[in-house]
Amino acid sequence: MDSALIPKGVKRCPTWQFLAWLSVFGAVLLWGVYAMLLCWFKGLNQTNMNDYYGFALWIWADLAVIALGGGAFFSGLLKYIFGKDELKNIINFAVLLGFICYSSALLILAIDIGQPLRGWFIFWHANVHSMLTEVAFCLSCYFAVLTIEYIPLILENRQLDKVPFFHNLSHNMHETMAIFAATGAFLSFFHQGSLGGVAGVLFGRPFAFREHILIWPYTFFLFTWSAAAFGPCFTLSMTWITEKVTGKKLVKDNVIDLLAKISGWMITSYIIVKIVETLYWATVTAPSKGFDVSHFYTNNGLYGWWILFAELIVGGVVPGLILIIPSLRRNSAARVTAILLGCFGVCLNRWVMVLQVMAVPVMTFDNWALYYPSWQEVATTILPVAYGIILTMISYRYLPIFPQEAELNPLEGAEEVEAEQEATAAEGAAEPATA
Amino acid sequence: MTSAQTHTENGAQTDGKPVAHGADNGHLHKYGMVIDLDKCTGCGACMVACMSENNVPFRDDETDKLTSITWMRVYKLTNGKPYPDNDVCYLPRPCQHCEGHAGHSPCVSVCPATATDYSTETGIVSQIYTRCFGCRYCMAACPYHARYFNWWDPVWPDGMEKYLSPNVSPRMRGVVEKCNFCFQRYQLAKDKVYVDGESTVSEEAYQTACTQACPAGAITFGDLNNPEHLVHQLAQPDDHHHGHPRNPNAFRLLERLGTNTKVYYVSSREWVRRAGDNYLPDEQTGGGGH
Amino acid sequence: MFPINFEWIWDVGHMVFHGGLWYALGIIGAGMTYCIGKAVWDTMQGKGGHHH
Repeated sequence: MDSALIPKGVKRCPTWQFLAWLSVFGAVLLWGVYAMLLCWFKGLNQTNMNDYYGFALWIWADLAVIALGGGAFFSGLLKYIFGKDELKNIINFAVLLGFICYSSALLILAIDIGQPLRGWFIFWHANVHSMLTEVAFCLSCYFAVLTIEYIPLILENRQLDKVPFFHNLSHNMHETMAIFAATGAFLSFFHQGSLGGVAGVLFGRPFAFREHILIWPYTFFLFTWSAAAFGPCFTLSMTWITEKVTGKKLVKDNVIDLLAKISGWMITSYIIVKIVETLYWATVTAPSKGFDVSHFYTNNGLYGWWILFAELIVGGVVPGLILIIPSLRRNSAARVTAILLGCFGVCLNRWVMVLQVMAVPVMTFDNWALYYPSWQEVATTILPVAYGIILTMISYRYLPIFPQEAELNPLEGAEEVEAEQEATAAEGAAEPATA
Repeated sequence: MTSAQTHTENGAQTDGKPVAHGADNGHLHKYGMVIDLDKCTGCGACMVACMSENNVPFRDDETDKLTSITWMRVYKLTNGKPYPDNDVCYLPRPCQHCEGHAGHSPCVSVCPATATDYSTETGIVSQIYTRCFGCRYCMAACPYHARYFNWWDPVWPDGMEKYLSPNVSPRMRGVVEKCNFCFQRYQLAKDKVYVDGESTVSEEAYQTACTQACPAGAITFGDLNNPEHLVHQLAQPDDHHHGHPRNPNAFRLLERLGTNTKVYYVSSREWVRRAGDNYLPDEQTGGGGH
Repeated sequence: MFPINFEWIWDVGHMVFHGGLWYALGIIGAGMTYCIGKAVWDTMQGKGGHHH
């Protein structure tokens, strides 16, 4: 039915199967949209947020998807600026994931603010000293860059590519992509950093506050670094999942190995600095405000010392080591464990820097505040996941996301299939091609 | 001298421009509070007066203190000791109006839309409700939980809207609000200064609702910059050390964080003063301050 | 965001922030203008036909 749109030389599941899965995730998406509309029309009383938890599940989800989406800017940087040309075989997917992550982040922010219709005030009345202003500007600009990186991919669809203007536009955008990628890396450096700064500048919250270099707290650099380090873990994890779902090998081992190795070294270097920084905070910064570090990890039902261990060791040191040791990295099971642990580690870091910051009492007569999200918050947080799966399904089906797919999965009787596809394509494409 | 004459005189001071703009006749105030915790009985009159004065909305069920709005909130502190050594202290907590370092208060510096501002003219941290878009970053920044979010639209019982103060705008759902030291009273006082042709807002002309409502006289309000004002005499702020009180019985909440607040507390009890800030076990009370 | 806003301040922090912002926006805008403009030109020259 839709074979005219499917890229040449690859096989896709039957249309009915595609549509069936699309409707499953579509139902989840609609559930999320319903919750989103509740929040917009009835207000944030639909959530379980409160005056102690002004930042909650959504802000964590926001920070987490942006960190995970960091694979896009970092792969782009590696390919276009540092010339790691092999990565061209995975960069399309990294861009798609980045696009999904960043559009989700913007959507979550639009739900999260109390007066969504005033969202533009952040640009119009910008307070340039606020980390959140920097986040908003860089995030929006970088989303524009990701859109620019995603457009040529859409234009490479078999039918769209037949339109001369689209073909030329796609070609020109590919030619200039290095400039966009460099701009994207510049913007990412600042918004990933300023997201870290969001917590680090809170000098009223000793759990979050960090010492500064010029105007930037250490968390600024740690967030950028960790996004670059763990973002590729997400790209690799999603590639692995897509390969499992489609039952095909989509990216060659040397490409996976290269990205995993770079990610491993980035994680290892990051986690060393992060551990040193944590020790400095625990022994110098926090005590200077009158806090023994045990204050932050005791006397409550959730946040114990385990969380520090889980973040730094399980989600940092372990994946880092696995990915830098060649024999382990090349072992598929170990590598997959490492990249999944990496995703877990960076998400946990963002959780700690948002939720635990809110939970810790600061005044001596105050108490730990714990919170659990309402179903509306959960639904709106799952919404981007469903949206991401749907966009990935559509993109994978109709766009040449994985350039090596055809080579790695040669079709049996390829000529017949191609001839059949051509015949259908000729009918379907007659109009746009002559337009 | 009539007020009209004074007007002319004042108005002629600078190139014929009226000077009753901004600071009343150029005076830079630093409004602040001193709360005597040994006098506070925890009656809550300050909280009621505040809600009434500032049109603070409330709901049928106010039991969940994590979602109800109390610009002024009275905390109950205990020394944690068993009877007969048990001791209790009530601590009223308005917005602390942090100055931080040069007006860099925790909340003002983070607001992305400049919806909250530190006034160097009055020392008051303001909130612009119509500009706030409800990101709640300021609430995350405030260690005193002095900032409140309007989770619901304000609804008053039938007829009660007639009792709302016409000088204070009610807030809509989805924005943050907080104590502003009854700023509308400062505006009215300033108008009166202009009309009466006086030089500056006097101590008694500008008092907050909570100050006036306190039956025990535990709250004192005034200009910390003005040595004639009682707050100055009680707190004895040391301007060379970010306003650290020279009165040995006075302290400020979480002073060690560098928030540089303008609400001072006084107590003769050491455990109360120690409860005002965080100390490592071997540190002396008040020792960690600026 | 623009110098017409009443809070606009000509101080260093403001100029660094908005300088960086408009620099990035300028590159994105100029880049896209170039790509689209050249695509229009190329198409008028008859490039990018059905063959590929």
